[in-house]
Amino acid sequence: MTIERADIEKLAELARIELNDATITETTRSIADVLALVDQLQAANTEGVTPMAHPTDAVQRLRPDVVTETNQREAFQAIAPAVEEGLYLVPKVID
Amino acid sequence: MQWETVIGLEVHVQLATQSKIFSGASTAFGAEPNTQACAIDLAMPGTLPVPNEQAFRDAIMFGLAIDADIARTSMFERKNYFYPDLPKAYQTTQLEKPIVGRGHVDIELADGSKKSIRIHHAHLEEDAGKSLHEGSFEIHGHGMTGIDLNRAGTPLIEIVSEPDMRNAEEAVAFARKLHSIVTSLGICDGNMSQGSMRFDVNISVRPKGSDTFGTRTETKNLNSFKFMEDAIALEVERQIDLIEDGGKVIQETRLYNGDTKQARAMRSKEEANDYRYFPCPDLLPIVFEDDYIEQIRQSLPELPDARRDRFIEQYGLSRYDANSLSGDAAVAQFFQTAAAGSDAKLAANWIMGELSARLNAEDRVIQDSPVSADQLAGMIARLKDGTISSKMAKQVFDAMWNGEGDADGIIEARGLKQVSDSGAIEALVDDVIANSPQQVDNYRNADDAKRPKMLGYFVGQIMKASKGQANPQQVNDVLLEKLNALL
Repeated sequence: MTIERADIEKLAELARIELNDATITETTRSIADVLALVDQLQAANTEGVTPMAHPTDAVQRLRPDVVTETNQREAFQAIAPAVEEGLYLVPKVID
Repeated sequence: MQWETVIGLEVHVQLATQSKIFSGASTAFGAEPNTQACAIDLAMPGTLPVPNEQAFRDAIMFGLAIDADIARTSMFERKNYFYPDLPKAYQTTQLEKPIVGRGHVDIELADGSKKSIRIHHAHLEEDAGKSLHEGSFEIHGHGMTGIDLNRAGTPLIEIVSEPDMRNAEEAVAFARKLHSIVTSLGICDGNMSQGSMRFDVNISVRPKGSDTFGTRTETKNLNSFKFMEDAIALEVERQIDLIEDGGKVIQETRLYNGDTKQARAMRSKEEANDYRYFPCPDLLPIVFEDDYIEQIRQSLPELPDARRDRFIEQYGLSRYDANSLSGDAAVAQFFQTAAAGSDAKLAANWIMGELSARLNAEDRVIQDSPVSADQLAGMIARLKDGTISSKMAKQVFDAMWNGEGDADGIIEARGLKQVSDSGAIEALVDDVIANSPQQVDNYRNADDAKRPKMLGYFVGQIMKASKGQANPQQVNDVLLEKLNALL
């Protein structure tokens, strides 16, 4: 798989990451290198091998349905840029 | 041209757990903004999710109820997108290995016909927070949006149907059946006005007989059956008009406004949806043994279809009545309590008639009925033993609705007892006959065919004399007997 500059630009846009021209060139090259490595891995024969969902061979533990958290709004909102009437304020969003 | 509508649904069901799907914060509805949003829900750095077992039990119950495959191993993915009510910038959801696989939901339509709607899968995910950009919040004039993250992390199952529905009636029947199943299982409170169930409807049209699908649109976030029905009608009409005028349906997301009965396309995103799903590294695969699933199967409560059949069998209800009363778990419970203390058929009539009309008028659910099932049973018992007439029962019902207490107390306080004493009724009838010589003459001289109509005058006078308390059936019987004796 090859990756183009345009792909990186699109990914940056989707990830809301600002990249300048120089960084885009550099990032395109680095990611192309990673994909080249992946291409090597793809060459391995995986027929009959079930894909792993997670790199460790462990199973998720679950917790009982109990409320354990208390209200800490004041602490959380103390570090928020803008709050009002208990709400976090953000620039206006329109659907 | 004849058009055929094709409808598929995606339904979000909020699970009735105490705590969130990945954190120990409360899910209670209506709390002060952001008082139930903990560090995990806020995506604070360094936090890790720990899944709530009950959410899985609930999803498995649903899967078993719709005869679906349950995944022995399921996993979570991250669905990446930016929106302020989603602090992590991804929704933790299931894509590759959802907990519930293929199943089916069977519906019954008004004409008695049946149809099986296939379920593609159902998966677990977390809800987002709420953005407040309208109404009261805007008066502050700073033009910003307020975010309440109490809902963020509330467990949801998203149920995805196949495009098996062909009109609004089928879609609504399917939605109602799902509502009925999840409330019967007790995994969702079913409160649509609080957003506990939300429907996204995929709609397309095609020439009748065609076997390919037209381009579909998705109308999002419908939270009432009525809105759903209206939104489907509107969108089907829009698509047909568009195509017949030579236009083309564009695949888009639409929003329906139930107040204005209008829909509009959401601002089209410059980037097509590209959620860059990938397995969530914070969560390991979730594995359930057969025993665990089997145990849940054994503990499943009665499902709507079984309950309907039991209502027909046990209470002698018609299929129509049994369907109406068994669909909603809370209504079914109310009916059973009321029927146990009185008479099943009368209880059915009062619940489907007066009670549901009142609840609808005040936009309430039966759980909030001012008249309890026991109170209704108490009133029906007095109706059945002849203490009160059905007309009086309406008054008693009104009084109970207004919080004046139980039927017996109201009957006593208002002197609503029906006079069923035959001596007293005979005396009333005799009085009225004696005081109405002209009407009695007319009655005697009338044709047989006309006489029944002439009884109204006498009955009216007698009821008036008894202040409405005489037993109407007895009055009729005694009056007819006495008048005919004069012929």
